[in-house]
Amino acid sequence: MTISVAMTVNGKSVSGKVEARTLLVQFLREHLGMTGTHVGCDTSQCGACVVHVDGQSVKSCTMLAVQAEGAKVTTIEGLAPSADKLHPMQEAFRDNHALQCGFCTPGMVMSAIDMVKRHNYVLDEATVRRELEGNLCRCTGYHNIVKAILAAAPAMKSAGV
Amino acid sequence: MTSATGIGARVLRTEDKRFLTGTGRYVDDLPLARATYAYFLRSPHAHAKIKSIDISAAEKSPGVVNIFTGKDLVDAKVGGLICGWVVKDKHGEPHKAPPHPVMAVDTVRYVGDTVAMVVANSYDEARDAAEAIKVDYEVLPANIDLAKAFDKGAPQVHPEAPGNLIYDWEIGVKADVEAAFAKAAHVTKMDIVNNRLIPNAMEPRAAAAEYDKGTGNYTLWSTSQNPHVLRLILSAFVLGIPEHKLRVIAPDVGGGFGSKIFCYADETMVCWAASRVGRPIKWTAERSESFQTDCHGRDHVTHAELALDKEGKFLALKVETIANMGAYLSTFSTAVPTYLYATLLAGQYTTPLIYANVKAAVTHTAPVDAYRGAGRPEATFVIETIVSKAAAELKMDPAELRRKNFIPSTAFPYQTPVALQYDSGNYPPIIDEAMKIADYPGFEARRAEAKARGKLRGIGFSSYIEACGLAPSQVIGQLGGGVGQWESAQIKFNPTGNVQVITGSHSHGQGHETTFAQLVHDRLGVPMDQIEVVHGDTSTTPFGMGTYGSRSLAVGGSAIMKATDKIIAKGKKIAAHLMEADVADVVFENGTFKVAGTDKNVPLAQAVFAAYVPHNYPLAEIEPGMDENAFYDPANFVYPAGTQICEVEIDPDTGIVEVIAHTAVDDFGNIINPMIVEGQVHGGIVQGVGQALFEGAVYDKQTGQLLSGSFMDYTMPRADNFPSFKLGYKVTPCPHNPLGVKGCGEAGAIAAPAAVMNAVHNALAPIGVKHVEMPATPLNVWQSIQGAQRAAAE
Repeated sequence: MTISVAMTVNGKSVSGKVEARTLLVQFLREHLGMTGTHVGCDTSQCGACVVHVDGQSVKSCTMLAVQAEGAKVTTIEGLAPSADKLHPMQEAFRDNHALQCGFCTPGMVMSAIDMVKRHNYVLDEATVRRELEGNLCRCTGYHNIVKAILAAAPAMKSAGV
Repeated sequence: MTSATGIGARVLRTEDKRFLTGTGRYVDDLPLARATYAYFLRSPHAHAKIKSIDISAAEKSPGVVNIFTGKDLVDAKVGGLICGWVVKDKHGEPHKAPPHPVMAVDTVRYVGDTVAMVVANSYDEARDAAEAIKVDYEVLPANIDLAKAFDKGAPQVHPEAPGNLIYDWEIGVKADVEAAFAKAAHVTKMDIVNNRLIPNAMEPRAAAAEYDKGTGNYTLWSTSQNPHVLRLILSAFVLGIPEHKLRVIAPDVGGGFGSKIFCYADETMVCWAASRVGRPIKWTAERSESFQTDCHGRDHVTHAELALDKEGKFLALKVETIANMGAYLSTFSTAVPTYLYATLLAGQYTTPLIYANVKAAVTHTAPVDAYRGAGRPEATFVIETIVSKAAAELKMDPAELRRKNFIPSTAFPYQTPVALQYDSGNYPPIIDEAMKIADYPGFEARRAEAKARGKLRGIGFSSYIEACGLAPSQVIGQLGGGVGQWESAQIKFNPTGNVQVITGSHSHGQGHETTFAQLVHDRLGVPMDQIEVVHGDTSTTPFGMGTYGSRSLAVGGSAIMKATDKIIAKGKKIAAHLMEADVADVVFENGTFKVAGTDKNVPLAQAVFAAYVPHNYPLAEIEPGMDENAFYDPANFVYPAGTQICEVEIDPDTGIVEVIAHTAVDDFGNIINPMIVEGQVHGGIVQGVGQALFEGAVYDKQTGQLLSGSFMDYTMPRADNFPSFKLGYKVTPCPHNPLGVKGCGEAGAIAAPAAVMNAVHNALAPIGVKHVEMPATPLNVWQSIQGAQRAAAE
């Protein structure tokens, strides 16, 4: 049995027919072909699949596609304002070498943006480290990810994003 | 040449943009038309006879395309998976080599052993159908506890390995070591477990395969660190597909740490089944499958003894280790606890006599193979914990005892008693720098301040050496390795002057696309944005050995340098012709060929264009085109070394260990991109601290169930477990490769466990705790504290 689902992803209206058990991340990756959002575990621990749903960060492996009916979803593919300009968080990750293999990166970036906004663009190292509890990285040792987020917070504020 | 983007510059990575914008392309991301999806039914038992497999109900499940079992492979005469390194035991006999069927036929040997493959129109349908397969198992007792693996009456894993023994191997002369011990003023003894780890690259292993009926060609996409080696193994030993009919592509790969070196059952099955199914097949491991079936790392039980004279000079070291191989011998498993472990037991020291005995055991657990550091972390842990223990017993400063025994800088090349000849190094300035950064003189004040807050503060050293950049092929061959260890490079200019740098190594996070481009930019003057680094596809790259053992820059980078030499040599001939000069008078500077003492010059791009449009070109003397290959076989290993200092605070009421500061000073030889090197060190430290404090693969000792089988049960290091790290460098260039580089990928993970555990022991010594095993979890530490308090009360 399939169910129709419609939502807005990165500003575009999308729809599809899914099984009731289809997860939001499966809908994004398998139905829409948007493979920037990754799956790194099966217990909602790793955070590689974090997207924004109506402005809040969500592990898209923990949400059914049908639960996102009518929602506004933003994924890593929808962050950069143009082909040659990155979002300040993406820029900060690049400037601070906050990624190596790149697999956890989409979830890290999406979580980090949400973190900065929730803390009203003011963060310290201990807060960033604590807030990253839901995102695992096996390459960077987190050191440069923390640096990148601390650098991005004021950059996001001045860019007004 | 020095420039903002040349050798030594902190160049931002060219690969980052695609990863940051969600346009990386990992195996699971591939869109394959008409794809089917595979799900593997895994054994729920550690040891059982398969009495029957009934697939009749599963075959009728919706969407099922095919189901395969081990018997299908027997009928198709598919070979078993191989171990590629023959280790000879102490009697000169090759190690026991039990068969490793791709899928179990009549016996399963670990929880996760592959029993059946279901191929269906969707992944969910494949998984649903697998639940309908009925396997009748006769459950048998399992051999799980490594320390008891050789006990009489222990359940036997393979009839081909009586007593569960794969080899009993030794290095060094036992009698000489015993004689030195007899004369020792002091002997320090230690029993330690090097805990078993699960690599957990963030991208789970995945494979996809397609068969072209018209040409008979197979394409396998795999999360591999070494696609050519995977193809060679599949072609020559397992599937029999001729090498030229099998293309293996490792696209973007999300971390490896060793676990993606090996040839696994699942990718083998996906490839084999592609021609039988007649449609592409995709498979991606669930994280639970990764936990159960990725090769695990470490897992040693060791007794070690260090003999010292009355001044604290090391006289001899004696080590007895049991190493776990798991249920089957994985691709390089046999070499890890021998040639990559015992040969490192000299560490940074002049210990004149070393004897090591290693017994490898099979158990009913997942196969164990190379994991970041592979043998060298285990060796470093033995040496660096016993040295610190000796210092504590002798009431000596741990840094002072180390200094007293360091190989002096004047002694290189230095022949150790365990086969390796260290090429270069200068250890005292490294430990000095580390102590300065870590403010070692201020430690006792910090300890007192912590004590006033009710916390136990400790500091620990770890001075590691590692041998990486594997290695002279002849040496590898003499030691039983089944492959060469050179690396390849191709530099292929296009007529318009941009260039492809094609390497046989593979990047899965290490940033080769940037570092290798820096080499070519620095040497040839081609702008960074005109250079593309190509890797990971057997059809487009020359045969190469891939990436492991911190070898890619030392060996692969050296091959690139050789190829640039050939480009310059050819370019000189072309330029000489164009400038009507003698080739002997042509020099190459800053990307331009010049005739010394004149203003005649030909930019490289012009020589390249002339080579492709040879209208005015010495065709009788040189071939057209600008496309050079090079192969580089290293003259020796490279020997990075360094010192890490860890400072911890322990809450005696909860047993929680907090890392307060962690310093690493390394000698990696010359550094091409410091930003990337720092990232490698950070990541390595966290994996090493993870081993010391958090991580441990736990099997139930009766049933062999993997108890730490998910991220909810296996503690992965998280951001809030760490402070920011303090790093420093000292440089002694490697004397035998053209770049003077050593490797940096594994150092962090090699040194950190001993630094952390020495700090933990240093913190707990004042309250009488003698020993804490890794991982030093709150429970372990708290129980050790309680034990010490009980002992003190008695």
